[in-house]
Amino acid sequence: MKSGRVTKALSNTYLALILALLYMPIILVVIFSFSGNSVFSFSKGLTLQSYIMMFRSVKLVNALKNTLIIGGITSVVSTILGSISAIGIYYLKPRWQKITLSINQLPMINSEIVMAVALMIFFITLRIPQGYPRLLLGHISFCTPYVVLSILPRLSRMDPNLYEAALDLGASPFTALFKIIIPYIMPAVLSGFVMAFTISIDDFIITQLNKGETGIETLATCIWEDMRVGGLEPYWFAVSSIIFVLVLLAVLLGNYTKNTREVNQE
Amino acid sequence: MNKSSSNQQSRRALMISRKVFSYPYLIFMLIFVVVPLVMILFNAFIKDDSFTLANFVTFFSQREGLAILGNSLVLGFATTIICLLLGYPVAYILARYHVKTRTLALLFIVPMWINFLIRTLAIKEIFMTLDVKLGMGTVLFGMIYNYLPFMILPLHTTLTSIDKSYGEAANDLGCDEVSVFARVTLPLSVPGIISGITMVFIPTISTFAISQYLSERTVMLFGDSIDMMFKLTETWGVGSVMSLVMLVLVIIANVLLNRFNKDTTKGGGLV
Repeated sequence: MKSGRVTKALSNTYLALILALLYMPIILVVIFSFSGNSVFSFSKGLTLQSYIMMFRSVKLVNALKNTLIIGGITSVVSTILGSISAIGIYYLKPRWQKITLSINQLPMINSEIVMAVALMIFFITLRIPQGYPRLLLGHISFCTPYVVLSILPRLSRMDPNLYEAALDLGASPFTALFKIIIPYIMPAVLSGFVMAFTISIDDFIITQLNKGETGIETLATCIWEDMRVGGLEPYWFAVSSIIFVLVLLAVLLGNYTKNTREVNQE
Repeated sequence: MNKSSSNQQSRRALMISRKVFSYPYLIFMLIFVVVPLVMILFNAFIKDDSFTLANFVTFFSQREGLAILGNSLVLGFATTIICLLLGYPVAYILARYHVKTRTLALLFIVPMWINFLIRTLAIKEIFMTLDVKLGMGTVLFGMIYNYLPFMILPLHTTLTSIDKSYGEAANDLGCDEVSVFARVTLPLSVPGIISGITMVFIPTISTFAISQYLSERTVMLFGDSIDMMFKLTETWGVGSVMSLVMLVLVIIANVLLNRFNKDTTKGGGLV
């Protein structure tokens, strides 16, 4: 029993070490967000300059706006397209289902750079207008597969009798679809939506290669341009720190509310 | 009789109509995923508006390009193996001691919410402060740092979904902890290992930016050089050949891993 406790202590030390490794760079970014620099030095002393500059930067506001617009439209379109298709794919004949799913897998297993250059050649050859049209089509094409894959398992867990029962009770196929199937898969639709949004706002390579010369930048490409042209603007440290604190709070609060709920249930 | 046959008919009509829902997407994916990939294939054979193998010759006769590919593969293998060795214990410990505290598991993916370029910059700053020379070693560290969560996540999902009673049964039948792990847990976690490997290996060899930044552009990876080729229209052909090579690598990796996955689920002899 005692050796079990030692193992557990050692295990937890290991977890702590890996967490420390993962968080060290981020914590340093948070600390130096108060330095007004984008390098790790307090040459300007302790200052809130980075945070103030954040609100003054037109570039940052535009990048944020573009990221949210692209992420928003992409996730809505991907979710609708993906949900409808998942239902369709589920009822395809096995052979066709297999083929469709392989195509669906392509953007997920393929390397991002190949997807990006393929889309680039495609858009340029077909003269699709630069800017939003290219970016939205690109984002939708690599986000939708994740929505489909998040919904399919839920569909296969559904009791087919539910649907049959609705038909027997006189519901039309479409009523049954909207009253039975869609409400049942709703949780998976929502998680697919969140996934599509996250993947879209996180994308760098496909956006970078397909943004063209319209000057449209998302947060990721904006950071990259900034890094290449003479050092990062210090306000990115402030932005990252804020995102980090918000995400961490969300995770910890989620845990707290879950725990209190469990306690209440007991 | 009449009613039931009309019911049957409407059901058959419905089977057809539900299937139809997949068609728009199928067409969309054919246009925006398959056609662009076919265009790469086509471009690989085009040079100066004529159909030729010249691009293949150019790529496979340049030592530089092949060296970059070799370097990328080595770095990809190293990153994947180290991520697996570091990440498996994390997922295992989480599944064993912290099943109820999902937050702890979530803490391992929170860093992914900070843009990877910012994190890479921070790592570079750390290395600069410590006076570490930027090069292959620092790139390897950056890759491991960036992709470790992608390894932990699928492993954690698989390990937590393994039925505890298998391990307990093995214990009851006289297995010690080590052999329970080697003969029960490890074989059952193979699907997680496979998806972890796919989530780390391919992105590592094809990502650009991380390598450029953490090596002061002294280390070029395959992703970086594909990106370079597509900056100029003249080199699109060679770039397309390189993309094809990358695509073939992706397919080989997936076929190999899938086969391995099937073998273990079929022949594990456990269930």
